Amino acid sequence: MLTEFGKILIFLLIAVIFVLIGFLTARIIRPKRPTHEKLLTYECGEEIQGSPWVKFNARFYVVALIFLIFDVEVVLLFPWALVYKEFGIAGFLTGFLFLVILGIGMIYEWRKGDLEWDRPVIQPPLVKKTEN
Amino acid sequence: MPQTTNEYLLILPFLVLSAGIIVSLCVELFFRKGKELLPYLSIALFLIVAYLSVGQIYEKNVLFGGMLITGGIPAIFNLLFAAAGVLVMLNSIGFLKKYGFYHGEFYLLTQLSVLGMMLMAGSGDLVTVFLGLELMSIPFYVLVGMNRKKVSANEAAMKYFLLGAFATGFIVYGIALIYGIMGNTSLIDLTENFYIYSENIIFITGFILILIGFSFKIAAFPFHMWVPDVYQGAATNVTGLMSTMGKSAAFSVIFILLTAVFMNDAGSKLGNYFAVIATLSMLYGSIVALSQNNLKRMLAYSSISHAGYMAIGLAAGNKAALAGIMFYLAAYTFMNLGAFGIISIIEGEEDKQTDLNSYAGLAKRFPFLAGMMALIMFALAGIPPMAGFFGKYYVFISAIQSNMTWLALVGILSSVISVYFYLRVVVYMYFKEPGEEISVKSDYSAYAAVIFAGILILSLGLFPDTFLSVIEYIISV
Repeated sequence: MLTEFGKILIFLLIAVIFVLIGFLTARIIRPKRPTHEKLLTYECGEEIQGSPWVKFNARFYVVALIFLIFDVEVVLLFPWALVYKEFGIAGFLTGFLFLVILGIGMIYEWRKGDLEWDRPVIQPPLVKKTEN
Repeated sequence: MPQTTNEYLLILPFLVLSAGIIVSLCVELFFRKGKELLPYLSIALFLIVAYLSVGQIYEKNVLFGGMLITGGIPAIFNLLFAAAGVLVMLNSIGFLKKYGFYHGEFYLLTQLSVLGMMLMAGSGDLVTVFLGLELMSIPFYVLVGMNRKKVSANEAAMKYFLLGAFATGFIVYGIALIYGIMGNTSLIDLTENFYIYSENIIFITGFILILIGFSFKIAAFPFHMWVPDVYQGAATNVTGLMSTMGKSAAFSVIFILLTAVFMNDAGSKLGNYFAVIATLSMLYGSIVALSQNNLKRMLAYSSISHAGYMAIGLAAGNKAALAGIMFYLAAYTFMNLGAFGIISIIEGEEDKQTDLNSYAGLAKRFPFLAGMMALIMFALAGIPPMAGFFGKYYVFISAIQSNMTWLALVGILSSVISVYFYLRVVVYMYFKEPGEEISVKSDYSAYAAVIFAGILILSLGLFPDTFLSVIEYIISV
């Protein structure tokens, strides 16, 4: 007798075997003529320019965070949009309040200059060593 | 299920604070002088929250389908958070200017973390616990690293963030396991059927995982590694905030989780877990604090040992223990806020003047500050008639009541050890000749915070029954 999890186990096994068979056939059939360009990171025949270990501008992360916040907002608004009519005016106001608070967050980012790519003021790093 | 307006009236403390946070944000954004205005706005907000919470103490309500509980013990915790918040705010007005990183966001983040603590104390569901925990912790991580130009603050923030996130992971895993057994996340169901569920090994595993996560937050022994560095690296007023209110909030959740144990006066299998944690924390904190010369670091180790004393009550697990720990938390909060308040007054720029030598001969230069510091050190050491004595007394009594006399004895032993390093500060202040000249800017609001803390410590110590009878009444209802 097979439990529900047992079925999943068989499914997982089949998935693993399927992939392994694919790799194995490819390995047997394919021609093997490696050159220097093919073994490089992107293997598209181009010479690599510089190292991939470069520092990214920290502002990418700020933009990513802002994007994430508004993305999550959409996720929360979809279920709300489906059911808010059942709750009447209170349901509408709840969603509205949520958007207002997010809007204030947006204003905060705007005002603090996080939406502008070229921030005019660049603070020099002032790292001071402290004792201990 | 539509909510009634009555429910919104009952969560008025939360609503007021939330609205206040948004107003503060706008003030910070649009007014050039906003930074000067915000501490007073925050104090007003906390006072309103305190007033509303006092009105709710005797009426307990379960709201929003069991998600939130107001009144009773949550109301007392809200009162504690609000009062402590007022003290931190008074303390910060002058300190932030001196600290060299003066931004209005400090006040916003403090308000946010207090809102998170209130949610934790009032939670009736594991989801609310988690929401409150994150709302408290994330502002804490930011506050610790607020001065991003300082290396030690950056290091502290990084350590606190990584270990805090790790602890949160434990808690979430525990919640997942408990959900797997109970089929819901309601703490009311958990309390009602605690002894049935606790026969199940997976439930107990999840429960202990959650307790381990909160042991991180209360800074108990095997999970204490972040405490000294973080308490020393953070700004002094932030350390005061974390070490008192953060710990109280974590204890409030442990109370909710263990309600069944406390109410049955029966103790539980978990008593051994807490007994081990209590013994190790008390002894480790007291013994390592002996060799500390930096006052902030010394108070960090003392905070570990105080977590141990409170964990004695958790091990005892009866009604007397619940009342005792609540009293201890209130006493500890005001003692530590007073101590960190004085440290922040004496502290110079760039973290100078936080070591013991700066306190040599303080009594001759600043007799008032030295007197208050002596009072607070006596209270922390647990010498009557200060609040710290009665906190320890009630917790030890509860341990004896549930046949854990050995634990009370270890506690008394550890208190005796701790008297040495608390009184060493007093000895330095009164019996040592002043060393190099130290410069202290007079800062009246910080003085006011220290005076309030002193008054509260003395009044809790002189009239312990007033506070205790309220708690005992609430528990008995």
